[in-house]
Amino acid sequence: MMANASPSSLTVEKAAALLGRRARWRWAEVLFWVVAAATLFLWPERHLILNEIAIIGLFAVSLDLILGYAGIVSLGHAAFFGLGAYVAGLFAKHVTGDPLVGLAAAGLVAGILGFATSFLVLRGADLTRLMVTLGVALVLGELANQMSWLTGGADGLQGIMMGPVLGLFEFDIFGTVAYAYSLSVLFGLFVVARMIVNSPFGLSLRSIRDNPLRARGIGIPVNRRLVAIYTVAAVYAGIAGGLLAQTTQFVSLDVLAFHRSADVMLVLVIGGVGYLYGGLVGAVIFKVLQDVLSAMTPQYWQFWIGLILVLLVLAGRERMTDRILGLWRRLTGRSAKAVDATRASTPVPEVQP
Amino acid sequence: MLRRTFVGIVSAAAVTAALGGTALAQEALKIGLILPMTGPFASTGRQIEAAVKLYMQQNGDTVAGKKIQLIVKDDTGVADVTKRLAQELIVNDKIAVMAGFGLTPLALAPAPLATQAKVPEVVMAAATSTITEASPFIVRTSFTLPQATVPMAEWASKEGLKKVVTLVSDYGPGIDAEKAFTGAFTSKGGTVENLRVPLANPDFSPFLQKVADAKPDALFVFVPSGVGAQFMKQFVERGLDKAGIKLIGPGDVTDDDILNGMGDVALGAITTQHYSASHDSPENKAFVEAFKKANGGMRPNFMAVGGYDGMHLIYEGLKKTNGAGGQALIDAMKGLSWTSPRGPVSIDPQTRDIVQNIYVRKVERKDGELYNVEFATIPNVKDPVKAAKAN
Amino acid sequence: MLTILFDGIAYGMLLFVLACGLAVTLGLMNFVNLAHGAFAMAGGYVTAVLMNRFGVPFLATLPLAFIIPAIIGLVLERTLYVRLYAQSHLDQVLFSIGLVFMAVAAVDYAMGSQQQLIQLPSWLQGRVEVLGIQVGLYRSFIIAVCSVLVVALQLILTQTRFGSRLRAAVDDPRVARGLGINVSAIFAVTFAVGSGLAGLGGALGAEILGLDPTFPLKFMIYFLIVVTVGGTTSITGPFVASLLLGIADVAGKYYLPGVGAFIIYTLMILVLVFRPQGLFARGR
Repeated sequence: MMANASPSSLTVEKAAALLGRRARWRWAEVLFWVVAAATLFLWPERHLILNEIAIIGLFAVSLDLILGYAGIVSLGHAAFFGLGAYVAGLFAKHVTGDPLVGLAAAGLVAGILGFATSFLVLRGADLTRLMVTLGVALVLGELANQMSWLTGGADGLQGIMMGPVLGLFEFDIFGTVAYAYSLSVLFGLFVVARMIVNSPFGLSLRSIRDNPLRARGIGIPVNRRLVAIYTVAAVYAGIAGGLLAQTTQFVSLDVLAFHRSADVMLVLVIGGVGYLYGGLVGAVIFKVLQDVLSAMTPQYWQFWIGLILVLLVLAGRERMTDRILGLWRRLTGRSAKAVDATRASTPVPEVQP
Repeated sequence: MLRRTFVGIVSAAAVTAALGGTALAQEALKIGLILPMTGPFASTGRQIEAAVKLYMQQNGDTVAGKKIQLIVKDDTGVADVTKRLAQELIVNDKIAVMAGFGLTPLALAPAPLATQAKVPEVVMAAATSTITEASPFIVRTSFTLPQATVPMAEWASKEGLKKVVTLVSDYGPGIDAEKAFTGAFTSKGGTVENLRVPLANPDFSPFLQKVADAKPDALFVFVPSGVGAQFMKQFVERGLDKAGIKLIGPGDVTDDDILNGMGDVALGAITTQHYSASHDSPENKAFVEAFKKANGGMRPNFMAVGGYDGMHLIYEGLKKTNGAGGQALIDAMKGLSWTSPRGPVSIDPQTRDIVQNIYVRKVERKDGELYNVEFATIPNVKDPVKAAKAN
Repeated sequence: MLTILFDGIAYGMLLFVLACGLAVTLGLMNFVNLAHGAFAMAGGYVTAVLMNRFGVPFLATLPLAFIIPAIIGLVLERTLYVRLYAQSHLDQVLFSIGLVFMAVAAVDYAMGSQQQLIQLPSWLQGRVEVLGIQVGLYRSFIIAVCSVLVVALQLILTQTRFGSRLRAAVDDPRVARGLGINVSAIFAVTFAVGSGLAGLGGALGAEILGLDPTFPLKFMIYFLIVVTVGGTTSITGPFVASLLLGIADVAGKYYLPGVGAFIIYTLMILVLVFRPQGLFARGR
């Protein structure tokens, strides 16, 4: 759409108006958040799992930023999640118990790692990226195990004492404050992510995702953009990890494990890639499914999750995502024209001449 | 999409409501059993669940006039899930006791909840010494690694072994075992060399080569029970047994669950632990027979006996408090003693840890199957770490 | 020193047998099949069940450990995988992870979660001294089997009509089809052979790596490392990579036990950073 119009005929005002329209809030989105906020009051006995859903949702949004908007596949996103969790935990233990400061520290440190490792994912096709990201997460996991004097090793990081949120709200056993806290952070960061993807920066990312060669051709600094979004996504994942550490007041080696990276990928894909809400929807579906299935068959629930995945792919994941998106568009009243092909697609593996 | 979300939420709510409703109607006492039922530690969960169910089947599901309802949850071996499940069970299901806990981090994660909600936490498997110190509501019916390890060191030095190499998995319990053994053995005048193996390590050959180079009198080994078999095979394959190196360690490496499948490579391994399926007592014979019958021939291992005794402890505690939970229940559990399939045991009133006999065993063929055959007993061993602290 | 080298080679060879099927599907057919380990597990269980329940000798189980996973692979390829060739890598990853979950739970249900153990025949146990080096018999056996496989695979790919058809079908399926090559049959056979090799690897590896329902998840990472480091366009690449990784892993753990666990991962990252297509990528 943007690329269709020739730059000369598109005045700055027009562009701004277009961007403004994209960024406007639709009533369905408002409803989504109202419902989310309502669960806080209507469903007190499930705050703990809701808290987990909010955290995984944020983690999935972080993955969506790189996978859905920049086309970087990652099987090691848990590296940032886990690092954030350990930083938040250690920060609370050794510096201050104030949650927000700890969260900022978690995001910052994870962001630094994201920036440093972003250069590793610039090159190579899907498979190479999958393996490099996976490798980073594995190395980090092994480091956390070896540095047991700091991390507690396999026993986990014990004795995290959190202060009250904003100096007012103590974390309670029902998870109410935890959920409210996680949900607020999720909402705040979601709004920011929404702004990012609807900005010119976000649009340039999509053009990189759809065709890196052409994007470079029209003068987009591809590498710099990818580094930037990878770093942002790392910050998000770090904050999600920090939330987990703070609300459970416990960190174990498991935060860096492979299955975290795989789970978040599943969550995102179940909900649909490339429209931000996919991560949140996926988190709800995945966690509820897991909870219901594992209550029914504690031993074999994985079978059913696997079956659902297989069927999902066979039934045409992209078509389903398209249908959800179609519904979404109708609900949000976006004209078909104003929506670009936010299809769940990973880039076609680079064809080399 | 929103509709879908709602359907999910509503159906989940319905399930919860249904569970809650039936439970209230019966005035049941609920026990939350949180175990790794999937993932790499699934066999721990399987053994304990089977033992718990066996106990309930043998002793009825009514205690002190109240019906016992067991809620089994799978924590997949992930600590924050354990904590969330424990929290939900406490808050929503109002459980009287939580039990299970396959690994150390899984037992430690819910410890603050136990304190906060005054819900006793019965640890049936995890074996790091510090666990019971994490909350005054934790009581343990499995064992502690130093409890099984220190007697090994004492036995080894009594047998005249001078130089031992330790080989442990590089994680909490492994390091615990290494420390406990090294400390006890060097204090008796022996020399020890330490080796650590990464947890995710399929091939032991480089480490075993190091052992071969060091030519010790014995190799002390601690690996999680699943990989014990591979370890034994590679130990023999390398010819270390023929080089006269004794294989010693806490009983995890010759876990009853898989011992028989290891074959002759396991023969002669000497271990110290609190339970062997071949323990010679009428209680144990009945237990093993009933367990095998209920579970298609599966042999109970030390995890199972931890679960079985854990249930016994809960039942006896509830009998003493007449069905009351909380502080009264944990107080009632302190000092209880009974004859378990593993022999006489009691709960130390100070540490809430189990006091039990530790047996020195040797793998031998008995009636065509491999068993850890006990040949010496060290009676009433307390957790040596806490005993040392107390003095 | 030489013993360490020998152990490393044996370990690398084992990795290769396990991973070469994946190298075929991933490298030649461009399909990311994370369920590869499930076929290896199937092979392992075939051997374990035949030996432990029916008393079949170890060697006799090996052909079956190849054939049964190959048949399973063939059936799955015809019914399910074939629909996914054209889809994105992400879809393939999700689909095959779903299969892994199902396989893990199904095997857990059918066989229980405990380790399956097998008893090697006595002529494969123990070790002998060759030229002053202590050599494990079973490891020698693995090296021998694997060497035969490498040579056979390489010959099939480069010297036979099937091999050239396969390469044609991979390079440009449309043109190959136009030339009268039955592309889908070739893919099906290739997939079946890849699955069968995985099964064979699982059977051979059960003794050293262990076998339980989580096998496909535990070793998936190793297979992927071998294939990506080796490059996905040939058989020799993954072969050399397996050997390198095997030796580096064993030697690293022997000489630098403190950092042993990092070596294999770090090596992979370094290789991929400098050679994103793997060590032995064909210059396409």
